Amino acid sequence: MATWHEYLRTEGRPPAWPYPIRFEQEQVIDTDVLVVGGGIAGCWAAISAARQGVRVALIEKGDVSRSGSGGPGCDHWCNAPANPLSRVDPDDWARHMADRPYSNGIGIQIQCREDFDTLLEMEQMGGKIRDTDDEYVGAEGRDDKTKFMISPRYGVTHSYLPIPGMDEPGFNPPEDRNNVVIRVWGNSFKPLLKKECKRLGVQVFDRIMGTSLLNENGEQGARVVGATGLNSRTGEFLIFRAKATILSTSGAGSMWLMSMEHGGYSNMQSRANSGDGTVMAWKAGAALTKMESSGVIGIATGLKHKWYTGAGDASYENVPIVDAKGRRLPYPIQGWEDAGVMVAAPEVEAKIREGILKGEYELPFYGDFPAMAEVERRATWDLMLGEESTTRIFINTMKQGGFDINRDLLQAYKFIEGQSLPQWREAGYGGGIVVDWNLKTTVDGLYAAGTQMFAPEDHSYAAATGRYAGRKAAAYVREVGDAEINRDQIEQEKNRIFAPTKRERGIEWKELHSGLSRAMQYYVSEFKTERLLKMGLEEIERIETEAVPQLFAHDPHKLMRSIEDLSMIEYAKIIIHASLARKASSVPLGFNRIDYPETDPAEWNKFLTFRLENDKIQAGELPPNFWGDMAKQYEAHNKDYTGVYSPE
Amino acid sequence: MSERDVFAIPNIQTPSTPVIFDPNVCTGCNHCVETCPIDVFIPNPEKGVPPIILHAEECWYCGCCVDDCPCPGAAKFNWPLPLKPRWKNKESGEVGQLK
Repeated sequence: MATWHEYLRTEGRPPAWPYPIRFEQEQVIDTDVLVVGGGIAGCWAAISAARQGVRVALIEKGDVSRSGSGGPGCDHWCNAPANPLSRVDPDDWARHMADRPYSNGIGIQIQCREDFDTLLEMEQMGGKIRDTDDEYVGAEGRDDKTKFMISPRYGVTHSYLPIPGMDEPGFNPPEDRNNVVIRVWGNSFKPLLKKECKRLGVQVFDRIMGTSLLNENGEQGARVVGATGLNSRTGEFLIFRAKATILSTSGAGSMWLMSMEHGGYSNMQSRANSGDGTVMAWKAGAALTKMESSGVIGIATGLKHKWYTGAGDASYENVPIVDAKGRRLPYPIQGWEDAGVMVAAPEVEAKIREGILKGEYELPFYGDFPAMAEVERRATWDLMLGEESTTRIFINTMKQGGFDINRDLLQAYKFIEGQSLPQWREAGYGGGIVVDWNLKTTVDGLYAAGTQMFAPEDHSYAAATGRYAGRKAAAYVREVGDAEINRDQIEQEKNRIFAPTKRERGIEWKELHSGLSRAMQYYVSEFKTERLLKMGLEEIERIETEAVPQLFAHDPHKLMRSIEDLSMIEYAKIIIHASLARKASSVPLGFNRIDYPETDPAEWNKFLTFRLENDKIQAGELPPNFWGDMAKQYEAHNKDYTGVYSPE
Repeated sequence: MSERDVFAIPNIQTPSTPVIFDPNVCTGCNHCVETCPIDVFIPNPEKGVPPIILHAEECWYCGCCVDDCPCPGAAKFNWPLPLKPRWKNKESGEVGQLK
C-alpha cells in the first residue's frame, strides 16, 4: 500500500493530514542575514555569511538536502578559468563570456575570478572534485598530477554556437584547449552544503516558502528589513527580522505551460520554480530587467535532462549519434572533436532533415556508446550522467533494466519527438533582479544571487555568486542598525496568504495555473503586438479580479501551490509591461514584435528596467555594459577578498 | 472486492506511481518524505511502513527519493508509461526497453 487510492481502499477513509495545522499562527525569528531559497546559491550565501561570524537564517521551500535545480547533482563546474590547468586569463575569459548579448558581466566576472576557489571549498567540505580513485586514468582531459578531469565544454570559445572550422582535421588540439570546465562528482554536493550550514550554526528552515519582503516603515523601496514565510506542511506564518536579506530563489519555469500529466512538468525545471523571489523583490520596489525575454521550452517525449539519449541533449559529451543503419550523423557531439559545441549549425540541421526525408538517414537515431573508447564511455555515463542532476536516476534505472553501454545503442528521441510548440515558452533563465558590484539590488538591505539575478548562468555560477553575496551581506550588517518591521505590512500579507483557506469551494490552483498559462500562450507568445499584449494584460487582470477571489486551498501544501500561482500571475504582468516597452524585435531576447519587426536595432541595444514606486511602474534603462570595466570594478570592490576559506 | 469497497472518487492522478515501495524491505524511515523537494509523499500513519504517495503528478523525476534511500531495494523508481526509454543491441539488433 503506497498510493493514496490504495490507502483509501484499505482503510476505508482518506489519510488525515499528517502534520499539525497552524494556519495564521506566527513565529518570529531575529537574524542578521536572511537567505530566501536554499538551492545552490542560497546554501553558498548562507555558508559564506556564517563564516563571517554573523547570524544567518536560511529558508527553503523543499528540504535543503536536495532542493533546487542543482539539488540532485552537478557534473560540470563551468567557468573556472583560475584553475591551474587553465590556458586563459580569468579576466579575458570573463570578457569573452560576457560578450554575449544581454549577459550579466558582474556575475560572470565573479564566477571567473572565484569559481575555482569555490570549488576548492567544496572539496574542503568533502565534495569529490578529482579522480582520486583513479577510475578514469587515460581519459582525455584527465590531468595525472592534479587528477582533475577537464571537460571538452568551452574548449575554444563558449559552446553555445557552432565554431567555424570545427569539422576540419586537426581542430581543437590538446595544446590549444582552454581547460576552463572541470568535471566533478556533484551528486554529493547538496547534502554536504546542508551539513556545512548546520556545522556553522545556520538556522535552516525547511518547507518554508518566502512570500513577501518587509520594507522599513512598510514603504515600498525603503530598506528591506526581513521577510515573511509560509510553512507548506503546517500553514504556520513565519516573520523574519533581518538586517540584510539575500534572495536566491529560481525564475518562473512553467508560466506558459501547465502539463503535469505528460510526466513531470516536462521542462528542465520543477513546479516549485515559480518566480517567488523575483516577485517579492518587485513588490519591495527593486528594479528588474530583461523580463521581456523568453525562449521555447525544451519539452518533448525525451524530457531532456530526464532522459539521456546522446546527441541533442544538453548533458552529453563525446557520444556519436548514428542512424538506424549505423551511419554516423554530422551532428556535433559536444566533445573533444568539436570543442564541446552544443548545437548544430543551421545548415547541418537542414542537411540531416533533408537526409531523413530522402532516406539517406533512417530513423530512429541512436547514441553509439559502444563506438567510444572504454574509458570515455564510462566517463560520460558514470561520471557525467551519474553525477548530473536528474540523470542519475535515469542511468541507475537503465542499468537495472538491462541496458549495457558496452553493448547497446541508446535510442535518441530528438529527431522523432518533433519540435516544441512556439507558444510553450519559458522565462526562467532570462529576466531577474538588477544588481550592482556588491550583488546588492536597487533596494537597501536586499541582495540577490544565482538564478535570482538577471541573465543567470549555471550551477557553479550560482555557487560563486551566492558565496559572494553572503560575504557582501555580512559586511553590510556590520554597518547598519536594527530596523523595525511594520505590523500593517504583516497583516496585509497574512490576509493575502490565508484567504484561500477561508473558502470551501471555487477554483483550485491547477485550474488557475492552466488559465494563466493559456492567456500567456494566446497573448504573450512567439509573435507579439501591442494589441495582443494589452489583451493579455486585460485577461490576466480579469483572472486576478474574477478567479483569484475564488481560489481555495484546504491544506498547507495546496495553499503553497496557490500562492505560487499568485507569484506567477504577478510575474506574467511584469513580462507584459516589459514586452510593451521594448518597441523592437530581438534575436537574443527571443522577442518578436510584429508591429516593430526591425531586429536588434542599435538604439534598442540596452537593458530596460522596471520597478514599483508607490505601486506605480517606473521604467528606466541601463546601457549594455552598465557594469563598466569588469576586472577593474571587481578589483575595486574586493580589496578585502581573502581567497579560499581556511578551516580553523 | 466487496460492494462496500467501491468508493466514488475522482479520477486517479496521471501518472500515479512514480515510486514502487517493497513493504518487505522498506522500514518506513521516511527519509524519502524528507528528501523530496516537492512533498510527493506523506508519512503513513502506521509506523514502520512505506509512505503514502499523495502528490504523484507533481513529481519532477529528480529521483533523489530512490537514490538517497538508506534501505537498498526498498524503493524502485517507476518511470511513467510514456517515458520508458528503448535501446538496441549494436550487434544483434535486439531491442530492449525499460519495464
